[in-house]
Amino acid sequence: MDSKQKVRGFSCSIHQIGNLGLQLLWSLVHLLISIGYFVVAAAAAVESYLISSGLLTRYKVLNISKLKYLAIVIESDDAVQTSKVVQLLRWLEVMGVKRMCLYDAQGVLKKSKASIVKMLDNAVLFEELDEKDLLEKPKCMALEFASMSDGKEGVVKAANLLFAKYMELGNRDGLDDEFFTEAQVGEALRAVGCKGPEPDLLLVYAPVRCHLGFPAWRTRYTEIVHMGSLKSMRLGSLTKAIYKFTRVRQNYGK
Amino acid sequence: MDKANERASGLLGRLSGFMRSCLFKVLCMGPIPTHFSFIMDGNRRYAKKMDMGEGAGHRAGFFALVSVLKYCYEVGVKYISVYAFSIDNFKRRPEEVKTIMDLILEKTEGLLEEGSIADQYGVRVYFVGNLKLLSEQVRIAAEKVMEATAHNTRCVLLICIAYTSCDEIVNSVRECCKDKMEEIEDEEGDDLVDIEKHMYMGVAPDPDILLRSSGEKRLSNYQLWQTTHCTLYSPTALWPEISLLHVVWGILKFQRSYAYFEKKKKML
Repeated sequence: MDSKQKVRGFSCSIHQIGNLGLQLLWSLVHLLISIGYFVVAAAAAVESYLISSGLLTRYKVLNISKLKYLAIVIESDDAVQTSKVVQLLRWLEVMGVKRMCLYDAQGVLKKSKASIVKMLDNAVLFEELDEKDLLEKPKCMALEFASMSDGKEGVVKAANLLFAKYMELGNRDGLDDEFFTEAQVGEALRAVGCKGPEPDLLLVYAPVRCHLGFPAWRTRYTEIVHMGSLKSMRLGSLTKAIYKFTRVRQNYGK
Repeated sequence: MDKANERASGLLGRLSGFMRSCLFKVLCMGPIPTHFSFIMDGNRRYAKKMDMGEGAGHRAGFFALVSVLKYCYEVGVKYISVYAFSIDNFKRRPEEVKTIMDLILEKTEGLLEEGSIADQYGVRVYFVGNLKLLSEQVRIAAEKVMEATAHNTRCVLLICIAYTSCDEIVNSVRECCKDKMEEIEDEEGDDLVDIEKHMYMGVAPDPDILLRSSGEKRLSNYQLWQTTHCTLYSPTALWPEISLLHVVWGILKFQRSYAYFEKKKKML
């Protein structure tokens, strides 16, 4: 009995040592990855400097007409840094980007939209534009502000609106499947205030590459590019991201 | 000579399996994604690159898929979803659509055979999407596989076919309204739970990591609703070139972002 207990105790110890060894190896792997990312970030910082100082000539000419609508997703904790957000918008304005959506999940940017627009010289809120303004070449920067309530919750509101519309038609013999189409849902979304167009490019200023709940209906073919956190934003990296976008060719599934 | 070659390749196979198992033991010291999603992009470019005939790229892509499924199930991923065919893909040339559908039919029927990956790993298979758009043959085969694997509980494979996120959302809205019509006395509107209940992807939790091969940075109308808190990973390798290293790197990326997403989910 004693020897069985000793063997059990011994194998338990071996198991614990083994686990500790594996844990150490795992931590070592992640440490090496962090070092790798640090080196890559340093190289990106150097490249960004070279781009913004004009030394890398291929980024000097941007075909900005290809970028009709830009979306910027910002981590909500960083979105309180209004001065950083305004700096980013000023860079984009100089590049010629006129129409964009600023998104953060918690709606921090929505709360500061008035002050952001005020801090820019030539900007208006997207909802202040009428149909005529949208068709013409943009004269000033138009900013849309969105949050998670415009995403999934927007679809819920659109569903309720569609249901109410359907009931008004008076057909209670069963649901007419033909009534519910992508066009109808799109129209219902616009009616409940989720009006913005589909962005061509979505820049993510967050710790991880993820859209953080940007309205699903609007990101079907949107290029999603991770820019790192807002505090480490650089003009050169922004220029490179937009330049790379202008070189993308999409098949749209074909 | 043949026997020696067979013995050598058997030995190499066992050695690589052992090394993979050691690698997975290290990986498992951190969190493993519950749901790993894949956009299998680049099969045609691969065929062009390797000077192969039409459809050969997709066949090569199928072998990559089987390997990826094995690696994921071995490391402990419970749910895997793959974007097999988009509604937009029906716009391709009819001959190409037919080639892909024939391959899907062949491999779907293969899942019913003994010794298939579904059998080996106890995989429950779901075909997720607007299945009414498929030919009767493919739809019946898909339904047979779903029925035959319904009792499997170890792992889940969701094959997104005739699928787009927008179609999924429209279908969910339609089904919610259908439910409301049947409970016409109930004056309450739809809520988020109702919409999510009717999503095609409602049979699985949201993905933790989404890998799109071939370096493209868009989701192409795939799981747009489900990827709010999902790490997006776009290796430049074409789908038939996707290997164990990409799966491992994807899991490492997930582990690095795990604490961040757990914090985000708690805030909801």
